[in-house]
Amino acid sequence: MLKNHLVFSLLVLFCTNVFSQNTIIGKTLAQGEAPLTSAHVHIGKKTVSTDLDGNFIFKNVPSGNTTIHISYVGYQSIDTILTVKNDLKLVFYLKLNNATLNEVLIKQKSSALNKSVFEQKIKMETIEKYSNQTLGDALKEVAGVSSLKSGSIVVKPVINGLYGSRVSVISYNVRLEDQEWGTDHAPNFDINAAGKITVIKGASSLQYSGNAIGGIVIIEPISVKNDSLFGKTILNFDSNGNGGSVSSSIHKNKKRGLSWNALSTLKYIGDKEAPNYVLSNTGNREAAFSGDIKFTGENYDMTSFYSYYKSVIGILSASHTGNVNDLYNSINNQVPSVINDFTYNIKNPKQDVQHHVAKLNFNYHFNEVTSIAFQYSFQLNKRLEFDVRRANYSNIAALDLELKTHCINIDYKRNLHDWSINSGLAALIQNNFANPATGIRPLIPNFDKTDFGIYGIINRDFSDSFSVDAGLRYDFSKTQATKYYIKSRWDERGYTNEFSDFIVGDFGGQWLTKPHFVFNNFSGSIGFRKEFENELNCYVNISTAARNPNPSEFFSDGLHHSTGVIELGDLGLDKEQATKSGITIQKKWNLFSLEINPYINRIQNYIFLKPVGFETTIRGAFPVWEYQQTNARLSGIDIQTLWNITNQWEHLFSFAYVNGKDITANQPLIDMPPLSINNKIKFSKKEWKKLVLELKSEMVFRQNRFPNNNFTTNIIENNEFIAVEVDVSTPPPAYHLLNLYSEIKFKTFKKGITTLAFSVQNILNTKYRDYLNRQRFFADEIGRTYQIQLKINY
Amino acid sequence: MKTKISNNQFNLKMKKMKNLKITTLALGALLAFSSCSKDDTPPVNEEELITTVTAVFTPQGGGTNITLIYKDLDGEGPTAATTTVSGNFMQNKTYIGAVTFKNEAVNPIEDITPEILTEGDEHQIFYQKTGTLNTFTYGMASSNFDVNGKPIGLQSVFTTTGAASGTLKITLRHLPNKSGANVAAGDITNAFGNTDVEGTFNLTVQ
Repeated sequence: MLKNHLVFSLLVLFCTNVFSQNTIIGKTLAQGEAPLTSAHVHIGKKTVSTDLDGNFIFKNVPSGNTTIHISYVGYQSIDTILTVKNDLKLVFYLKLNNATLNEVLIKQKSSALNKSVFEQKIKMETIEKYSNQTLGDALKEVAGVSSLKSGSIVVKPVINGLYGSRVSVISYNVRLEDQEWGTDHAPNFDINAAGKITVIKGASSLQYSGNAIGGIVIIEPISVKNDSLFGKTILNFDSNGNGGSVSSSIHKNKKRGLSWNALSTLKYIGDKEAPNYVLSNTGNREAAFSGDIKFTGENYDMTSFYSYYKSVIGILSASHTGNVNDLYNSINNQVPSVINDFTYNIKNPKQDVQHHVAKLNFNYHFNEVTSIAFQYSFQLNKRLEFDVRRANYSNIAALDLELKTHCINIDYKRNLHDWSINSGLAALIQNNFANPATGIRPLIPNFDKTDFGIYGIINRDFSDSFSVDAGLRYDFSKTQATKYYIKSRWDERGYTNEFSDFIVGDFGGQWLTKPHFVFNNFSGSIGFRKEFENELNCYVNISTAARNPNPSEFFSDGLHHSTGVIELGDLGLDKEQATKSGITIQKKWNLFSLEINPYINRIQNYIFLKPVGFETTIRGAFPVWEYQQTNARLSGIDIQTLWNITNQWEHLFSFAYVNGKDITANQPLIDMPPLSINNKIKFSKKEWKKLVLELKSEMVFRQNRFPNNNFTTNIIENNEFIAVEVDVSTPPPAYHLLNLYSEIKFKTFKKGITTLAFSVQNILNTKYRDYLNRQRFFADEIGRTYQIQLKINY
Repeated sequence: MKTKISNNQFNLKMKKMKNLKITTLALGALLAFSSCSKDDTPPVNEEELITTVTAVFTPQGGGTNITLIYKDLDGEGPTAATTTVSGNFMQNKTYIGAVTFKNEAVNPIEDITPEILTEGDEHQIFYQKTGTLNTFTYGMASSNFDVNGKPIGLQSVFTTTGAASGTLKITLRHLPNKSGANVAAGDITNAFGNTDVEGTFNLTVQ
């Protein structure tokens, strides 16, 4: 805590450094000399609103050229360059324009409800580079976001060390409900459908979810200028996996009337290759479609949206192990036990997931500052996991889950020139169905869940450069599950006394139980943003939020095949309560800018898997890991810099470090991302067909802080039993990767632009393993990949 | 970058729009079907489970059969497996072993052995011993080999000499690398695959 105070005091000292420069006084008038009140005036990074007489004032404007932008609903905006040498006095006349209503309103749709939290954005040009990869890969562009992988296709985002149900993905204003609790379940989303991605670290985004104590990822659609029609096609080919993808989209936008978008993507990729061998059964297929129709009226708009996503992902053959002896052999062998020739075929084990989203939106604008939005969304997630099974069972999924979610959101916004209020409510009904036809006891039982949430966020601008925000959210959640427990497990878990009222039926060796849970949670966020004269911004925020245990934490009671561990849930788990304090300092110099973000996240009742012993089954011995709770602390720092060395040369740097600690047991938390440092040098030359060349270095250090969960097992060697250690804890060594990206642009069609890109990932064909890849026990990561991308805009 | 497009292309887009309407309709239908919740489903019938391994060793030239049983009725449940050995092996005898696998958690009890025999090329049974026991080898009957001529291992041969003791570990591997070094000779070291059954018995020859 002391350290925290010190950082804060330093920051205040650092920030109070003020320069005095020129003052610009102005007046905005409509034709006919009527003053325009509350017109928006921007100079550089600063924004003010005009007073009742149409007057505005900017102090401390640096000498030199600066842009001024004036906008007012219903009038044509003014955008011009001022040469500032000394104090200025100006009068602006705005012309009437009947059709600009939407122009300003679009800005209100910004996700920045909490101005005290610095949001990191990934732009479309960057997203397009990942067209052949996944959402999780693209998110790594943001310092502090890493990924938890199972192979190379199943990529889950990790924000400041937290993942799974601690991170929500909001796609097109719908929170994805896609069995995100699973460590080997990637977000069911086609990266090509993202126009802009925003990452908010921590629990401050109360509009969306009280549960997301790690952070949220907000995906916004591709946005198109008013009254335009344009299309885009991206073709990819990857040498590694010998496959590629094609994604096409068409967008039509009208200020008034009908707008629509349609997008479809197909991917077909075969086995990936590590530097020394084929990663057998790692091919994947993906098909996605999304489309919407929007009608915009004078003061309202209505949208209907539908998206479909299907993905079939092969799981590395060698990662399917049986008991601890099998795991010991895999770890010690260092080479996958199954290596076949390259193929496009996908065998078991594999995942086959489908996700449908359908939604209806209605937005009504009472006036230019007040609006209300209604949304109904339906999601259907169908997850099939096929395992290596005997005889005729191979064609029957080993896990067959169907998750249906209905959600209603109502959001009210009122933005006045020095304060804004956002409030709303969300109601959700969810049903999970675990198909018993699998012939395997389901990992997750059938359940019905009802959620209700209500929130309010107030933002007050005390001056042009200082704003404070505060928010509060209440969530109610009720879950009713139906699950069969093997009687011996029920007793072993110690449920006999505590949860006997859950038992509703006796089925021989099993109890039929109906566990039910009710949670009442409060989340809150408070913070401020201070903008200083010399392009220095400080964001300070403290937020607290609770997360309820997810189905796997409550109900798991069996073998997790990809880890060879028996995982046991606990009906007695309580919710996690996280409190995160974060500061972001953003500083811009002429050619150099810096963002630095230290944080501390204290989590009470942090839920984690703890090794507790062994169980011997007919398949041999298995380690038993149990969901337990502790008090944890995650502290860390993310740094990003951008240096425009010359017009042509640019350098980008990012640094992320997180330190996760189990405070109660005084030991490191498992699966914390190791220190990573990225450097990118970019060369661009407009004259040479807008040539861009980028060389990126990715340095991932070894995680030296990890709990020791190793165990011993007996194997027979030379006709004697000997005890051997199964090393499931030691992180792999550090690694360094070099990636190249290059592109040139051509003019095609009339005004269309075609981009041809060539990239090489892992140029040196480095052999490495990653600590946060669940398959690191079985195989190396993928080797060198050449990629060609053709992007056509029309 | 953003521009109007030709008539031709526009028609194409109109078609897409029609598709959109269809999907919107489909979506409506989907909503209509989704609102009913399912009744309680019966407990999962774990047909694939193996609960019991039985190895019967028959002495050639007469004598008492020795039966080894390894049983775990609750599958992945917490109750440990039980082991029974019907008696001691006699000295200087050749025993022919036959292993069977059953699922006793279902009614009627299911014999899984024929399934393993049918999928012989995907399975192999290994016999590992410790202590002073002699080595267990595969029986040479043609039914003990798969379509590729590799051993399945349901039948074993155990020849005793003098008094001895130790353990026998019987392992059923699914999808082993049957071409791995020494795997055909019964050495599990390079077999990989995954373990479906692993049972250990304490044996005595006297």
